[in-house]
Amino acid sequence: MEWETVIGLEIHAQLNTKSKIFSAASTQYGQKPNSQACAVDLGLPGVLPVLNVEAVNKAIKFGVAINAHINQRNIFDRKNYFYPDLPKGYQISQMDWPIVGEGKIEITLGEQTKVVGITRAHLEEDAGKSIHDMFDDDTAIDLNRAGTPLLEIVSEPDMRSAKEAVVYAKKIHTLVQYIDICDGNMQEGSFRCDANVSIRPKGQKKLGTRAELKNINSFKFLERAINLEVERQQDILEEGGSIVQETRLYDSVKHETRSMRSKEEANDYRYFPDPDLLPVEISDELLERIRQTLPELPTQKKARFVAELGLSDYDADVLTLQKPLADYFETMLDHHASNAKLCANWVMGELSASLNKHQIDIQNSPITAQALSLLISRISDDTISGKAAKDVFKAMWNSEDNADEIIQAKGLKQMTDMGEIEAIVEQVIANNAPQVAQFKSGNDKIFGFFVGQIMKLTAGKANPKQVNELLKDKLS
Amino acid sequence: MHTKTIVELAQGLKDKDFSCVELTQHYLNRIDQSNLNAFITVTDELALVQAQAVDNKIASGNANILTGIPYAHKDIFCTKGVKTSAGSKMLDTFVSPYDATVSQKLNQADLVMLGKTNMDEFAMGSSNENSFYGTVKNPWNRLKIPGGSSGGSAASVAGGLSCFATGTDTGGSIRQPASLCGITGLKPTYGRISRYGMIAYASSLDQAGPMTKTAQDAAIVLNVMAGFDDKDSTSAEQKVPDYTTHLNDSIKGLTIGLPKEFFSSGLDDEVADNIMVAVKEFEAMGAIVKEVSLPNSTHAIPAYYIVAPCECSSNLSRLDGVRYGYRAKNVKNLEDLYLRSRSEGFGEEVKRRIMIGTYALSAGYYDAYYLKAQKVRHLISDDFKKVFEQVDVIMGPVSPTTAFDLGSVKDPVSMYLADIYTLSANLAGLPGMSIPAGFAQKLPVGLQLIGNYWSESKLLNIAHQFQLQTDWHLKTPQEC
Repeated sequence: MEWETVIGLEIHAQLNTKSKIFSAASTQYGQKPNSQACAVDLGLPGVLPVLNVEAVNKAIKFGVAINAHINQRNIFDRKNYFYPDLPKGYQISQMDWPIVGEGKIEITLGEQTKVVGITRAHLEEDAGKSIHDMFDDDTAIDLNRAGTPLLEIVSEPDMRSAKEAVVYAKKIHTLVQYIDICDGNMQEGSFRCDANVSIRPKGQKKLGTRAELKNINSFKFLERAINLEVERQQDILEEGGSIVQETRLYDSVKHETRSMRSKEEANDYRYFPDPDLLPVEISDELLERIRQTLPELPTQKKARFVAELGLSDYDADVLTLQKPLADYFETMLDHHASNAKLCANWVMGELSASLNKHQIDIQNSPITAQALSLLISRISDDTISGKAAKDVFKAMWNSEDNADEIIQAKGLKQMTDMGEIEAIVEQVIANNAPQVAQFKSGNDKIFGFFVGQIMKLTAGKANPKQVNELLKDKLS
Repeated sequence: MHTKTIVELAQGLKDKDFSCVELTQHYLNRIDQSNLNAFITVTDELALVQAQAVDNKIASGNANILTGIPYAHKDIFCTKGVKTSAGSKMLDTFVSPYDATVSQKLNQADLVMLGKTNMDEFAMGSSNENSFYGTVKNPWNRLKIPGGSSGGSAASVAGGLSCFATGTDTGGSIRQPASLCGITGLKPTYGRISRYGMIAYASSLDQAGPMTKTAQDAAIVLNVMAGFDDKDSTSAEQKVPDYTTHLNDSIKGLTIGLPKEFFSSGLDDEVADNIMVAVKEFEAMGAIVKEVSLPNSTHAIPAYYIVAPCECSSNLSRLDGVRYGYRAKNVKNLEDLYLRSRSEGFGEEVKRRIMIGTYALSAGYYDAYYLKAQKVRHLISDDFKKVFEQVDVIMGPVSPTTAFDLGSVKDPVSMYLADIYTLSANLAGLPGMSIPAGFAQKLPVGLQLIGNYWSESKLLNIAHQFQLQTDWHLKTPQEC
C-alpha cells in the first residue's frame, strides 16, 4: 500500500523580551539557578501577573508578518496541571481567543512552492526546569525560565514529508529572527518544535491517528524523528495493527521515539479565563504602528537580491536564510554595491567554509564584514590577485591585522606599474628568441610560457591582465 | 480607650492624653486577656517598636489622622517577615518575604499593626469555624459564631481588641461578620483596592475593605487602602476621592430600593423588623423608599458556588508542598507528595470547594457549569443596572439571621445560605456595606447598603447620616 504522511508542527518561539511575560524579572539565559525569578515567578501566595506589553507587541509583529488575522480582543486562560517546575499549578496560556488567528506561510522545495496554513499563534508563559542530576536522590528546580514569554505557532497538518516539515520550520525560524522577536537559539531552547505525525493510505481524506513528538531542538532531529515515526506507524499498520494516539519522545542518542503518555493518561487541563488578567484589547492604531516597524522580510529580501543585485536564486536563498548572514552580506554591500557577486562568492565560499570548520556563528566571525569588505576592495582594485587574496584571508582569520597590513607585510601587492611590467616583458621577449619565433609561426600555445616566465621574474606579483595585454601587444 | 473611634484616638494622641506606646500596650493587654481567639499572630514586639517610632513622629509634629492608630490585619494579607497563614495549616509555617500592597499602604500611613486576625481557612466560610487555629467567638455571646470569613477582624473591633481591622469579602466576608458582630464593614467596588499580596480565594470576587466602628472611620481607612496598583491588573485606574468629604451631605430626597427578593421567607422576622425600622429612620430623614426587584438574585448562591470554587481550585494549586508551606513527611513519590501534602494541609471546607471547582471546570462540564454561572453573573449585574436607574441605593438585611450557635450548622449547603443577601454584590462587583441597625435576641443586626459602581462616597455618606441619628454603632458588648 502506498502511504501518505501528514505532519503538523507546533513551534515554541521564546520571545526576546527583556523581562518575563507576567513579571519584571529578567529573562537572561544561563544565570545562577533561581536568580532570575521574582515572587511572581515563584508563585508565592498573593502575587498577581501583570502582562508585559512587549510580549504582546512581538506576537502582533509575527501576526502581521504572516498576514494573519489578529484578534484585537484576546484572552489569557489558565491551563491547570501539577508539576514541580510549574510554580502556580497552572500555566497562563491562550485557548479559545489566541492573539494571532489564521495565516499562511509559503515554502519552497527545489522548484516547487507550497502554502502551509497557520492555524493560530498564542502567547503563553514557559515553565521552569527540573534538574535530576544535581543531587543524589532529589530533583532540583530552577525557575529562571518560568514566566519566559513563548509564542506557540501552530500549523495546519499541511506538510507531507519530513523534508517539508524542516523547510517550514526553518522558514519560521528565519522569520522570527528577521522580525527580531526571537533569537532562534535552538541549543538554549529558544526555538523548539513538537511534531504531530500520522499516515494514511494515499488518496484517503480522513486523517490517520496521530502521535505527537515532543520538544525537538534541532532541524536534523526533526527530520530524523519524523522519518522514524513514519516508519514505525507504517510497520504497525502493515502488520494489521492500529496507531494509538499518544505523546512520544524522540531520543537522539538511541535514535528512537518512545511513548511518554497516552491519550487516556492525558491531563484534563480545565482551561478557564484567568481572572487575574483583563482581556487584551489591541487598537487599530497599535496594529498599524507595529505594521510600520516590520523590516524587510526574508522573501522580500531574496527577491530584491535577485532583481537588483543580479544574484542567482540559489545564492539569494542561501544569503537570506539567516538574518545575521544577510546582515553581514549587506554590510559588505555598503561599499561594494557593484561587486555583489564577488561579495556573495566570498561570504558563501571562504567565509562560510571557515566558520563551519571552526563551528563559529557568523555573529562571532573573527573577520568582520568591514574587514572582509576591505579585502574585496583590494581584489577589485587589482592590488592583489584572487589567489593571493585567499592567503590574505587565512592570515586575517588568525590575526588582528587588516588586509592592507597583511598585503604589505607579506609583500603580496601586485605589480601594476605599466612601465615596470613592460620592461620585464621586453626582457623576457629578448631572452627567448626561439620561443618568439615559434609563437610568430603560429604556435599560440607557447603564449603561456611567456606568462610563466614573467610571473617567475616578478614572483607572481605582476597583474596577469596587464601581462597578457602587454605580451599580446609586443608579440604581434 | 478601646471604645474610641479613629477620630477620637487621633485627637487623644494629638492632645497627648496618651502616647501611642500606652495606647498600643492597652490594646495588647486586652488581646492578651481576651478569650475570643480573634488573633492568629500577635505582633506585640513589632507593634511597640512601631508605636515608639510613631510617638517620635507625633512629637516632631508630623502626624496625620491615622498616625499611631492600632489596627488588626486579616491574616490573608501578606506581611513581610510576619507569618501569613490565611487560617490554614498549609501556610502555618509561611512567612511572607514581601508585603501586600494594602499592608504597605497601611505601614506608610504609620498605623500600628497589633497582629494578624483569625479567619476561615483561605476565606472560605461564613462562621469562622473553618480555621486551622480554631473558631473565633462572638464578643456579644461567646457561644455564638462571629461570622466569616473575617470573623477574627470583626470580633477584634467589636471586642475592643483593635481600633479597626482589615477584612476581605468574596461572598460577604466583610459585611456578614460586621453585621453579626455589630460593627461597620465596607466592601468597595471590585478593583478599588489592590489584591496584590492578598492570598487569593476567588480572584474575580475578592475585594478588601475596612472594618471599623463607624462609617466615618471607614472613610478614613478607605482613603489609605484604595487606589490603582500597577501590580494588580484588575485594580482600577481611577482617582481616589477623599471619602470623608461627602460624609455630611444631606440625604434628603435619596431614593432607597428595597429588593423584594431580600425579604423572602428565609428571613428571620426579628431581623426583618429591625431592617424596616432602620429604613423608616431614613424616611424620617427625607429619603424615598421604593420596592424594587432583583429577579436573578435568587440564582446568586448557585452561581457563586460554581464561580468561586472554580477559581479557588486553580488559585490553591500552588499549595502543592513543593516550594513553601506544609509538606507531608516520608512521601513515596511525587504524586504521594502532592496527594498527602494537600490532603493533610487543607481543611474539609477547602477540600470540598476545590473538588467542586475541579469537577465544574473539567472537560465536558465547563459549559454546563462555569459558562452557565458566568451568564447568570451577567444577568445579576443587569438586574442591578436596571435598579440603579431608579434608585440611589439598595437596602436590605446582610444576613438572614443573627449570629447562630457555634457548631449548630453542620450541613455545608445550609451554611452557604448565610451569604444569600451578600453574594450578588460580589458577583456584580458592586460596593456594599453593613452598618449596625439594631438588636434581635441581644445580638446585633446589620443593615446592608448596596451602591452603584464607585459610589463608596455615597454609601459612606448615607451610613454616616444614619449613624448621626442612631446609636447602634456605639453599643459595645458588656463582657469585653
